[in-house]
Amino acid sequence: MIDVSTFVGGYPFRYLPHPDPGALLRVLDREQIDEAWVGHLPSAFYRDPAPGNRELFALLAPNAKRLRPIPAVRPDWPRWQEALRDAANAGAPAVRAYPPQWGFGPHDASMRELAIAAGEIGMHLILTVRFEDLRQRHALDVAGDLSAAAIRALARAGNAVRLIVTAAGREMIEEVHWGLTPAEQQRVLWDFAWVWGPPEDHLAKLFRTIGSRRFVFGSQWPLRLVQNPRANLDLLPDDVRDMPLGSVARDA
Amino acid sequence: MTVPLAGPSPLIDAHAHFYGDQSGRADWRDLNAARFRAGERIGISYHVASVLGSYGFSSPTYFPSPADVTAGNDIMLEIAEHERRRVRMYVTVNPNYSDHAVKEIERCVARGAVGVKLLASRRADDPLLDPIAELAGERHLPVLHHIWQHRRREWPSQEISDGADLARLAARHPRTNFILAHIGGGGDYAHTFPAVVDTPNVFPDLSGSGVDRGMLDDAVAALGASRLLWACDLTIETGLAKLRALETIGLSDDAIADIRWRNAVRLFPEGSFSLETRNAASTSARHSPLATRHS
Repeated sequence: MIDVSTFVGGYPFRYLPHPDPGALLRVLDREQIDEAWVGHLPSAFYRDPAPGNRELFALLAPNAKRLRPIPAVRPDWPRWQEALRDAANAGAPAVRAYPPQWGFGPHDASMRELAIAAGEIGMHLILTVRFEDLRQRHALDVAGDLSAAAIRALARAGNAVRLIVTAAGREMIEEVHWGLTPAEQQRVLWDFAWVWGPPEDHLAKLFRTIGSRRFVFGSQWPLRLVQNPRANLDLLPDDVRDMPLGSVARDA
Repeated sequence: MTVPLAGPSPLIDAHAHFYGDQSGRADWRDLNAARFRAGERIGISYHVASVLGSYGFSSPTYFPSPADVTAGNDIMLEIAEHERRRVRMYVTVNPNYSDHAVKEIERCVARGAVGVKLLASRRADDPLLDPIAELAGERHLPVLHHIWQHRRREWPSQEISDGADLARLAARHPRTNFILAHIGGGGDYAHTFPAVVDTPNVFPDLSGSGVDRGMLDDAVAALGASRLLWACDLTIETGLAKLRALETIGLSDDAIADIRWRNAVRLFPEGSFSLETRNAASTSARHSPLATRHS
């Protein structure tokens, strides 16, 4: 089991307890999760993600086989292609990007270039729809959620594109999925950290309609309880309870 | 017999909802069945629940008309009477209709309601709530009040109240107990804990879709386990996640039992619940390895 959506580092708008690699390792052990893909949370709010990436690799180096660094690549920044190549050479299975926090619109050309370039070298591009519930955001936290239009635009960018979209709810997942061709749908994986379970049973409905293999496990630790997506799986109705999740393996 | 996911000891969901044929949703039966299905799997002993008028179908969810209030309470009465083994009822009222509210409380308590549900029809500290709070206190009924954690501005579709608003009402009615709804249900819970810490008759419930790390730790640190109630509201999976998280933050078995059910037993009228407590020390909400079911 891989948790594709974790971070280390602090969050600018509220205190997070122990957002460090040691705590994450203990959580993985407790929750019987084999591996975490780990981003550097402060970097989402840096203009230049490079220093955050360096810090991320340094923090995770002692446990890099289990805590896989997922650096951020900002595609409107000079020499971003080198940052992407460096990430690939360091063995990162994916890179992260934060279009709302960087002020990118839904059809940003540089994001399309990044999605294609990452896909062509076998890397996923991880996108974050939101870090916190809209209703609790700090007055300075005005970036807004990643839009469905932005995700659709990237999924349509080319055959090589492989997206992992984290922290989306049912409505956004459906809006994107049914706005894509069957081939384009296969380029998008979703985590279900923000998808509701019973009694609304949104996760079960999504498993029945778009298929469980479009979903991967992601928790958004240390922002949210890692227990939540697991509880959601545990409470699935019988007809979908044993459906397999998707895989982040490159040939999936 | 399968062991419930949350262990065999008592568990009371102090904030639940059911639906009826007037709710404007064709899938209302599925919603009710799904709550019972998930409740059985987790091990919920009692769902303490309300029906919120017509849920927006013929009047707004948070501003229900008197007719919708009555119709919703009728549905809830029927469910509670039919599911006596596992359901208890809040009577829902709209304080803008004081006479109707008081009569609804009298009518539904006579048929078994054990608490009062207030939505967001009027600010919590408004004097219109006083006769409701007074009557609830006389009848030993806790008042579950919908809360927006930290009210910084108005939001559409609700007249929101926060912990400070509710604390003012609670201070005027020290003999009445108030359940502060869903610390994970939107807004900034960090504001709520200091807002109610000095008002001992306010008891936050843990429900809501929010599962921020640190929320439970802060709630326990600020208020203590004896002031908190486990609950789910609209997302039962977050309820299970919070039960599991409570086991990781260093609480004693007694403290966990308080949050799971003992505090609810203390707050609701005597005899509201019939619970088997011999195994109460065993509170495990541990999970089975995910890898055995999901590749």
